[in-house]
Amino acid sequence: MGVEVERGATFTVVPVRRYGQAVLAVVVALLVAWLAAAGASSHFVNPRVVSQYLNNPLILGGLANTIFVSIAAMIIGIVLGVIFAVMKMSSNVVLAAVSGFYIWFFRGTPVLVQLIFWFNGVPAVFHELALGVPFTHVVFFSMPMVAFMTPLAASLLGLGLNEGAYMAEIVRGGILAVDEGQVEAAQALGMVSSQTMRRIVLPQAMRVIIPPIGNEFISMLKTSSLASVVTYGELLRRASDIYSSNLFVVELLVVASIWYLALTTVASIGQYYVEKRFARGTSRAERETPWSNLVRNIVRLGR
Amino acid sequence: MSAPAPQPARFMVRAEGVHKRFGRLEVLRGIDLAVRPREVMMLIGPSGSGKSTFLRCINHLEKINAGRIWVDGELVGYRQVGSTLYELNEHEQARRRSEIGMVFQRFNLFPHMTALQNVIEAPMLVKRTARAQAVERARQLLERVGLAEKADAYPSQLSGGQQQRVAIARALAMDPKLMLFDEPTSALDPELVGEVLAVMRQLANDGMTMIVVTHEMQFAREVGDRVVFMDGGVVVEEGPPAEVLTNPKQERTRGFLARIL
Ligand SMILES: Nc1ncnc2c1ncn2[C@@H]1O[C@H](COP(=O)(O)OP(=O)(O)OP(=O)(O)O)[C@@H](O)[C@H]1O
Ligand SMILES: [Mg+2]
Repeated sequence: MGVEVERGATFTVVPVRRYGQAVLAVVVALLVAWLAAAGASSHFVNPRVVSQYLNNPLILGGLANTIFVSIAAMIIGIVLGVIFAVMKMSSNVVLAAVSGFYIWFFRGTPVLVQLIFWFNGVPAVFHELALGVPFTHVVFFSMPMVAFMTPLAASLLGLGLNEGAYMAEIVRGGILAVDEGQVEAAQALGMVSSQTMRRIVLPQAMRVIIPPIGNEFISMLKTSSLASVVTYGELLRRASDIYSSNLFVVELLVVASIWYLALTTVASIGQYYVEKRFARGTSRAERETPWSNLVRNIVRLGR
Repeated sequence: MSAPAPQPARFMVRAEGVHKRFGRLEVLRGIDLAVRPREVMMLIGPSGSGKSTFLRCINHLEKINAGRIWVDGELVGYRQVGSTLYELNEHEQARRRSEIGMVFQRFNLFPHMTALQNVIEAPMLVKRTARAQAVERARQLLERVGLAEKADAYPSQLSGGQQQRVAIARALAMDPKLMLFDEPTSALDPELVGEVLAVMRQLANDGMTMIVVTHEMQFAREVGDRVVFMDGGVVVEEGPPAEVLTNPKQERTRGFLARIL
């Protein structure tokens, strides 16, 4: 290739040869082909069973439950997150300390333990759920704890409270990213702090909060599979219910995985468009495509 | 604190021995000042002399450590009943602040709202003005600062000078009895300073009581009724602009003016 660098002088430009990369690509491609061939010849997955169960009513019901519990736990998490973020930033030391403890505790223990705690631990210790005036015998309403702590209730408590702790830190980061001058301007106009938070700070914090909420939701779609241990009939639970009677273990795990991949893929594409709306004018939004966002989400391994 | 004598509102702002500390740093070290209704006071002084801090004390964005400030006869931060002073709660404090307009060096417009929304937000939220009424008033104010056609623009779509004029309209929408300006033109490109000063000049002519921190000496001379020179947290010299800016009595004033002119 000839390139004219200065008048009268022509140079030949030789691009860097990346031999290492080419070798690596060949090795990886061979490994993948070998794995695929081994998988295909071992007959460890029966594709007919997979396609037969893909739209089984029990599985589709589990899929709906997964979507429902993920969205509901996310909403609980966001509401709790906003409350605890504001509490943690409060000048009231009791509020800040309670919030700090909540975040420390729920982020510091496994969600799986929390789920089992709500489902098995709480009804074992507290036999009755009562609503009344504390420290008195006045009770407005009471019910047996086992009746209240259904698999769904335990799943929502476990996943929602855990999510709230992560969300609190995300929301706090978003609030801290809002310029102090905004609060000052709002106060100078006569707004009290709750008005300032609601009308001025939180709407601006949204720009910062929205992308990680998308990540959290995609993560939640997968984490919700842990609700299977408290017998909530979500996707994984339904798959395992089926394979424990027909013994097509791998096929049903493949069915569940296909649906999880479908959910996270759709959510990733949705996230791309939502982020694009909220990040208008910033350079990252322009660079990314739905595809690169998807790759980014799949490559990111859990949390 | 002993009971203060009742203050007739002869002064829009009156400060008496105001002290303010940030930790060890004593920023205001005994400020005494008075501003009459309809007066325009220009506050000048070197960086770090406490000008911004003093403005922020007037609308109680900062709490003073000693001394007293009255705005329109009412003690800032307190409610007086007989000889007892009750510290104001958040809502009472906010109501007092809503009667004082403030304009910032960096505009601080709400970026997620259009110019019009910026102007109607506080009247609707704080004063519970009906939307239609707030919008009508906001359009008048935007007209007054020369931005009627920019009502639907977001702050990021406006020049610095336009943003600052929206910020002035936003403050005026609360019908303040006093306007505080903290270096309103310092963040502007030189060619945009004039349009903001023109709006302020108009406001002064209309009889608004104003305290203006500024480095625009020509503007201070033409529009100010009085110039106050602050340095090191105290008032060093004050008087009519012609005197303070042309024939300063104090050595520190002379040094400051020589440096910035
Ligand atoms: N919130 C705060 N915490 C600690 N120190 C502060 C705070 N606000 C101001 N100061 C300090 O108080 C001093 C006076 O600040 P102030 O902003 O009032 O000065 P200024 O006269 O407005 O100066 P400039 O012309 O630079 O705006 C400075 O030394 C500043 O660092
Ligand atoms: Mg300042």
